[in-house]
Amino acid sequence: MKRLKLSKNAKDNLITYGIVILAYVIMQIMINTGHISSLLQGLLVPLCVYVILAVSLNLTVGILGELSLGHAGFMCVGAFAGAFFSRYMQNVIEVSLLRFLIAIIIGAVSAGIVGFLIGMPVLRLRGDYLAIVTLAFGEIIKSIINVLYIGKDSSGLHFSMKDSMSLGLAEDGDVIINGAQGITGTPKDATFTIGIVLIILTLIIVLNLIHSRDGRAIMSIRDNLIAAESIGINITKYKLMAFSVSAALAGMAGVLYSHNLSSLMATPKNFGYNMSIMILVFVVLGGIGNIRGSIISAVILTLLPELLRGLSNYRMLIYSIVLIVMMLFNWSPKLINLRKKYSLRRLFKKTGEVR
Amino acid sequence: MKKKVVSLLLAASMVTVMLAGCGNSGSQDVNDAGSESAGTEAEADNADAAETESDADAGSEEAAPAAGSGETYKIGAIGPATGGAAVYGIAVQNGADLAIKEINEAGGINGCMIEYNFQDDECDNEKSVNAYNTLKDWGMQMLVGSTTSGCSIAVAAESANDNLFQLTPSGSSVDCITNDNVFQVCFTDPNQGVGAAQYIGSNNVAEKVAVIYDSSDVYSSGIYEKFAGEAANQPFEIVSTEAFTADNKTDFSVQLQKAKDAGAELIFLPIYYTEASLILTQANAMNYEPKFFGCDGLDGILNVKNFDTALAEGVMLLTPFAADAEDEATKSFVSAYEAAYGDTPNQFAADSYDAVYIIKAAIEQSGAAPSDSVSDICDKLKAAMTEISVDGLTGEAMSWEAGGAVNKAPKAMEIVNGNYSLIQ
Repeated sequence: MKRLKLSKNAKDNLITYGIVILAYVIMQIMINTGHISSLLQGLLVPLCVYVILAVSLNLTVGILGELSLGHAGFMCVGAFAGAFFSRYMQNVIEVSLLRFLIAIIIGAVSAGIVGFLIGMPVLRLRGDYLAIVTLAFGEIIKSIINVLYIGKDSSGLHFSMKDSMSLGLAEDGDVIINGAQGITGTPKDATFTIGIVLIILTLIIVLNLIHSRDGRAIMSIRDNLIAAESIGINITKYKLMAFSVSAALAGMAGVLYSHNLSSLMATPKNFGYNMSIMILVFVVLGGIGNIRGSIISAVILTLLPELLRGLSNYRMLIYSIVLIVMMLFNWSPKLINLRKKYSLRRLFKKTGEVR
Repeated sequence: MKKKVVSLLLAASMVTVMLAGCGNSGSQDVNDAGSESAGTEAEADNADAAETESDADAGSEEAAPAAGSGETYKIGAIGPATGGAAVYGIAVQNGADLAIKEINEAGGINGCMIEYNFQDDECDNEKSVNAYNTLKDWGMQMLVGSTTSGCSIAVAAESANDNLFQLTPSGSSVDCITNDNVFQVCFTDPNQGVGAAQYIGSNNVAEKVAVIYDSSDVYSSGIYEKFAGEAANQPFEIVSTEAFTADNKTDFSVQLQKAKDAGAELIFLPIYYTEASLILTQANAMNYEPKFFGCDGLDGILNVKNFDTALAEGVMLLTPFAADAEDEATKSFVSAYEAAYGDTPNQFAADSYDAVYIIKAAIEQSGAAPSDSVSDICDKLKAAMTEISVDGLTGEAMSWEAGGAVNKAPKAMEIVNGNYSLIQ
């Protein structure tokens, strides 16, 4: 029998999928046997959200080589688009799974379109302009949503940018997006299983893109723009492709996020600059361009502040110290040398040689 | 091939170790609290909890009441202890802490002590749910929280699922109490907005009113909407409505100029005191002297650093609590709070202090025992809440409807000679 030969890439990908599926199986066993704390059980869906965000940002930062500081903004677009749809259709589509699937598609597509529109002018430029524009975008989208009022009644949808009274709703009216008060009463459709399915979907999209012809073109742009251009690669097209896909995946994560909480508001805390940086930290600590690393670092860094709750007032302090130490451990040249010197693999090799 | 297997194994073991760590964290809290958790042991049905019980017993001998049955009520609280809204969360934490200490010293509720655990939510809806789950692992039976409206709404969805009794000290949005297991200590936003409009209208305080509010804040925009809605039925007219957002709240000269040009005699400020102090200073600088009228967010304006309190003379506010009030209960609360935490209590501290006493009253009314299940306690307290009437710091003869909103008279205060005084 011929042995199935796998390329190095395929093996690598299989390990990544394997980790996700294994984590899912372990968690399911723990849930079913009751060996799980409510804290961890409540964290499962947010973990999926952050993993998807980290993986999708890694596509922009690691594979395309552009810096994006507004990833939370795309998440915000997806979250509000998806939650708006679910609230609007709550009594029309009764099957929650179907409604949620459509919400995910709507959220992903709207975030993708916004990403495309932003990328179109900016990605034609060279330099750090994408970082500047996405930074502004993240702030603008938050402010827009904070003045947006949308309500529905028997005669249809009403829009306003002033306040909820000027919507002029009839008696049976229902304010869906209420400015700063956001959307309340989103059905809680997000489950851990759907979250894992979405992670795997994200991984399939991102990994296949990376290892495809298009992916190699994208990476060639990252490595040497002039050389890529000289062999006839359409730079703007490939940049836009990677960036819009990344935005759409962030929108998908946003939908998952909004359907896990019953109240959704665009505050600086959840969709602001700090959140975008947080996602970037996941990517940088996990290794730029390393998809599996992003998954692991997103999981660890999301769990850490919650597990440190026992330290009460010191937990955010400890968390930041851990961040600094991890950053140094991963990236400081001295430590990298040290790690190479004393790495397990090398120690094993040495003992082998001595024998 | 071998390498792949090894790496898979390593990854798997890493994941299990990590998750095992998480699984324990819940029961570790039980240990930290040094508590005797006999009542809730059945809830936390994992083996770890049973293991730590023996350790916990050793540490809690001094806390155990001699006369009591050894069972304890577990009250959890949630609020922002870090970040921009930390002032409110810490006030809630300390207020509840003070009340629980007092109750425990006086012999507890029906002879049972109360245990208390406060968790930080950073004023983030998602973190608030995490905090709630942490408290659930700890064995919480009643919740005082969350502090802010958005977080309360998010947590209320979870607590309704578990049928756990929730009393929010300061979540003022109506959406907080849509579930029947949630009750409020503070006024709802509509109550405040409508109350303010009716007060101005029925007392003929002014005919032309301007509003300056924070459109990015749930509390502020909520009150404004109800105020504007009620104003249509009142004998005064809103001549100018100006908004600001959290990102530009230092310069109010434009808003004030518009109000001045429109000839407003009174400016309604449904905002917090930090911005209000700036508005008062800037109005004074442009020689504009309207009356100012605020809601409970203005409480604390006399303690703002570098603010000339003379400017606040004549400011009127509807607030349930003022630290300078002369009645006995407030005086003893303020002095005890200052002694314990070195800070003047604000309305949030008073709200959560009251919340604990309300829970006490409800337990005494219903006879819920610590050994009851969380859901049973909730059902009993839900029924009891509509029957009790509590005299607290933030209102006399507070009573509740089954819907969860509180009935109490708003107190109109005026600042006279640098002190709050009740307008009769």
